[in-house]
Amino acid sequence: MHFLIRFAQVHETFRLAEIEALAIVQGVDLKVLNYSLDSPFCIVQLPSVDAAKRLIQRSILAQSIHELWGTGKTLDEVHEAVKQETPHLWAQYKMSSFKFAVEPYRGTRSSTKRVELINSFRFLGFDGPIKMSNPDETFSIFEQWPHNSVPLGIPDPTEIHLGRYLASSSRDLILKLDLKKRGYISTTSMDSELALVTANIALAAPGKLFYDPFVGTGSFPVACAQFGALAWGSDIDGRSMRGEGGKKSLQGNFEQYGLGACLGDVFSADLTHTPMRKRRWWDGIVSDPPYGVREGLRVLGCKDPEKTPWLIEAGRTKGNDPDYVPPKKPYSFLAMLDDILVFASETLVDDGRLSFWTPTANDEDLEIPVPTHPCLEIVAICIQPFNKWSRRLITYRRIPDARVSPSALEEYATRKTLETNGTTADELNPFRRGYFKKFKAEE
Amino acid sequence: MKILSINFLSCAIKACKSSSDSFPLHAKDAELVQDEIELNPDMIINVLPRLDWAALRTTSSELGFPQLPEQPPTPFELKADETLLKDLHHLLLETQISEGKLVCGNCGHEYAIKEGIANFLLPSHLV
Ligand SMILES: C[S@@+](CC[C@H](N)C(=O)[O-])C[C@H]1O[C@@H](n2cnc3c(N)ncnc32)[C@H](O)[C@@H]1O
Repeated sequence: MHFLIRFAQVHETFRLAEIEALAIVQGVDLKVLNYSLDSPFCIVQLPSVDAAKRLIQRSILAQSIHELWGTGKTLDEVHEAVKQETPHLWAQYKMSSFKFAVEPYRGTRSSTKRVELINSFRFLGFDGPIKMSNPDETFSIFEQWPHNSVPLGIPDPTEIHLGRYLASSSRDLILKLDLKKRGYISTTSMDSELALVTANIALAAPGKLFYDPFVGTGSFPVACAQFGALAWGSDIDGRSMRGEGGKKSLQGNFEQYGLGACLGDVFSADLTHTPMRKRRWWDGIVSDPPYGVREGLRVLGCKDPEKTPWLIEAGRTKGNDPDYVPPKKPYSFLAMLDDILVFASETLVDDGRLSFWTPTANDEDLEIPVPTHPCLEIVAICIQPFNKWSRRLITYRRIPDARVSPSALEEYATRKTLETNGTTADELNPFRRGYFKKFKAEE
Repeated sequence: MKILSINFLSCAIKACKSSSDSFPLHAKDAELVQDEIELNPDMIINVLPRLDWAALRTTSSELGFPQLPEQPPTPFELKADETLLKDLHHLLLETQISEGKLVCGNCGHEYAIKEGIANFLLPSHLV
């Protein structure tokens, strides 16, 4: 059976990754027949109406799903298609209450024209009452128009679909988890829409264990918990999780949304000195690592042990004081990306996913390469472009050991280890360097 | 900190990782609190094969819980045994250490737990 997914026309490069992930979560056999970044209408093949409803239910970037009755380049072609494919369905809806909607994308239709379009489907022979609110059935005429068709005075759309409405998505969760209404946030909290999309792409689901090693105020664990996963997090900065306590803390955020039962634990830890055992434990790891632009990228250790022996001494004598804060030193951003991949390869279960955000420059010379690991297969790279730089969500799948290439593993083990001992943040972080030297200056 | 978390955490000091004494960490001066959380059998069944059962037995007896069986149940046994499901759910997810310490059996380093949040950050001479 063919269906039409009506996407929101935002975060275009994330949309297919999300829907394909949801097909896996729901165990639905999905085949994408027609999709373009340029259009909110996507045609897919699915085994049943029930599968279609399940597929869309958790989506953030889709709005709704419709049973496809016909597609054509002109209205006549759509009529032909509907008459060919669907007469066996008409009787079912003969007495249902119903309404028709017209949805021109990038075009406009006057109300007279809308009525005309709707009436052109009179041949369906529906005799039920027309109800504008809560009808039994909604039929939509979706139109794809060329770019700028209104100012250019283009008279006709390029493609038209007729669909019967089946179900809506979870786009309303964006508002439920909106940062503006969240008790505890910081400047680096991830907006609710992208945090929820990340949780979907990483396959968060009831009964699964998720972890964010750079948890901050907890945007990702909250989103994973919203989809039923049990979520853990850690951060090198204990205050980022504790906040001011009560409602203004990471735990407070979980309670605000009634998700307290899905909070595993949070703890203070440095990813490069993690207390986690090397054990295949997580179903998913989702994170927004520090880029080192606004917030420093730091690891435990003394930057200059010879010059500041007293810092080391203080650790020996005061290390156990409740208020002791251990010294930290700058670290390489690329080395941190590498560390994340190694950590994920050691702690994800087979087919578990790692999804994390990295910045990159739009200028090719400054582009940050996508890090790779022999145990991790790239599933999707989704891009959120800004003016001079972009954020990417990179998603990997942990492949079973039996499928990992031994020669690739060997090569990886002897790879050049990245320079981690520079001294200034700029030396260690090509993105930060580019950000301040180039993008800032040009802005 | 939940008892489930203690099952995947060891000493953060690199030199300790290879020692079998660095896991599980031993609870000291632990104040326990119980949260009521709705039982999700799928969650417990999903977690079961990932647990280090021997370590869980150690932790649970150190905290004064009744002795766990020597061998872990199979997922099939667990599904059929509601009492065991509830007991494990209570131990792993509902029980938390709110204040106290986790101590490495190899180097003796103590990790403090305050308001349920454990601190695994190390002073410079240990990194
Ligand atoms: C971009 S923020 C993540 C924000 C988070 N997604 C939120 O919702 O608040 C990066 C976080 O990484 C933490 N961090 C920096 N270096 C770290 C390290 N070596 N290990 C663990 N966390 C670190 C910072 O304290 C900061 O909270």
